[in-house]
Amino acid sequence: MQANALFSTGGWRVVGRFVAVVAMVLAAGFAAPARAELEIDITSGNPQPIPIAITNFAGDNPNATQIGQNIAGVISANLERSGLFRPLEPAKFVQTPDSLKVGVRFADWRLIQAQGLVTGTVSQSPDGRTRIEFRLFDVTAGQQVTGLAYTVQADGWRRVAHIISDAIYKRVTGEEGYFDTRIVYIAESGPALQRVKRLAIMDQDGENHRFLTDGRTLVLTPRFSPSTQEITYLSYFNNRPRVYLFNIDTGRQEVLGDFPGMTFAPRFSPDGNKVIMSLATSGNSDIYTLDLRTRRQTQLTNHPGIDTSPSFAPDGSKVVFESDRGGTQQLYTMNADGSDVKRITFGQGRYGTPVWSPRGDLIAFTRLAGDKFYIGVIRPDGTGERLLTEAYHVEGPTWAPNGRVLMFFKERPSGQGGKQRQAKLYSIDLTGFNERQVLTPTDASDPAWSPLIP
Amino acid sequence: MRFKMLSLVAVAVLATACSSKPEQTAQATTGGTVAAPAAPAKPSGPVPGSAEDFIVNVGDRVFFGFDKFDLTPEATATLDRQANWLKTYKSVTITIEGHADERGTREYNLALGERRANSVKNYLTAMGVEAARVQTISYGKERPQVVGSNEAAWTQNRRGVTVIN
Repeated sequence: MQANALFSTGGWRVVGRFVAVVAMVLAAGFAAPARAELEIDITSGNPQPIPIAITNFAGDNPNATQIGQNIAGVISANLERSGLFRPLEPAKFVQTPDSLKVGVRFADWRLIQAQGLVTGTVSQSPDGRTRIEFRLFDVTAGQQVTGLAYTVQADGWRRVAHIISDAIYKRVTGEEGYFDTRIVYIAESGPALQRVKRLAIMDQDGENHRFLTDGRTLVLTPRFSPSTQEITYLSYFNNRPRVYLFNIDTGRQEVLGDFPGMTFAPRFSPDGNKVIMSLATSGNSDIYTLDLRTRRQTQLTNHPGIDTSPSFAPDGSKVVFESDRGGTQQLYTMNADGSDVKRITFGQGRYGTPVWSPRGDLIAFTRLAGDKFYIGVIRPDGTGERLLTEAYHVEGPTWAPNGRVLMFFKERPSGQGGKQRQAKLYSIDLTGFNERQVLTPTDASDPAWSPLIP
Repeated sequence: MRFKMLSLVAVAVLATACSSKPEQTAQATTGGTVAAPAAPAKPSGPVPGSAEDFIVNVGDRVFFGFDKFDLTPEATATLDRQANWLKTYKSVTITIEGHADERGTREYNLALGERRANSVKNYLTAMGVEAARVQTISYGKERPQVVGSNEAAWTQNRRGVTVIN
């Protein structure tokens, strides 16, 4: 079955190709670098953010100059939001973009306490192709530590700014970045008793926002495929709640499998070849996989309890899920074939929405205890539980691709007299610090963070 | 409890009788005969066999405890009346909606709503309503009846609703 394509989609793949083809490393122009000072350990507590100067990229024409300012703005916002960098006030900068092309006066940048310095250029050829170069300097050590060049169409600058942000993040933290990513989520509008829910997608920083469905059909729980080109989600199309596939390139929607009841709680396998989900028949929910190539359905759990919210380990060998087979909602792991089921949570209250970190080391979850909801993480063997944030209602964590940052949604209690409830997206560092609202045009829930865009 | 469900018109008509002899109308619908409204014509009462008749004179919903899907005695009393009504109007088909309150996670509540809808379905079919006439759908916490972050609202939102198709 196929529903209507409601929106056409933009040319992300095209941009991607241009970026991928021509990225190249810029030589540092120095001898082998000495040990760099520009490093930050993000695994311990709440690190002091690194002061960094992000200068406007120098353009070779007025349009390129504007692009150069925009790039600096995007990089600055990305790094600031991470909580690991403190972009310095541009009014204090000691060199202009053009003078930086001649040479960096490290001693002057040290005077304003800059530890990192980002410079760049934007040059355009008559056919509109735009070459963007950037360099990251370790001011303390007085040397370039990384540099890259990209050639894109003029409107590809934003994505290059995210790729540069990731390169800076990686060079300084030693971890992969997460800025060249997107978020799919459920946009909510209307009064609480007639809530309209739409699939929506945006860049990780809220830009390039667009709605993927029109709100006539209730949709829930979208999740990205590893390729980032497809989304699996729950749709109430024709009042038959079923798991669907949405192709972002074509706008095509397709029901997944031929199941005799409600299917829900879908997620892709790490190789993208399967979707794991729950099927409810006669009131009982068990976990199944659907092979997207053969369309073969395989039942993994067979228990009268509720088994749902399955999530694969990144190597595909195990699955974490929630079940109330022990009396209340708790987390369990099992092998990918359904064998060797082990309970991993034993704390007070209820545990749900487990999602395995892309690094494999942790499982994030929602916990309900007393009259509060929590977002937390636990090791796959059930040790090391840590709660990161709490509220009247927080739910549904999703991992940034580097496994260092989580996004979730938070709802305020509705007031007396029918005051509308508010739902918003938030991100938080794995350390429990740097909780921030993720701005969306409307109320928002059920976020899913994409992998890095290929 | 079923008097809460009376429409405003019916409440107005019955206002004086209500406190003294509530059993009269109860017998009319649960006595097994066709629920012909009491002889004195009530010009604007629900048409027998209609969805409005079902909601007003039978009661279209039952309520559940927190994270529960078993039927309370109050719920089975309502479902007994539903079963009788459905056995009277044999052409009617129904969809049972299962709902949850907001104090749970989304996917678990979808599963819980499915359980609740099936609790209602199983009871009705055990009472002789043909299974082929009964569909179920779970809305989890997506379709609250009452807005409010308090026990009074949650109690009304944990429900199974029998909808006449």
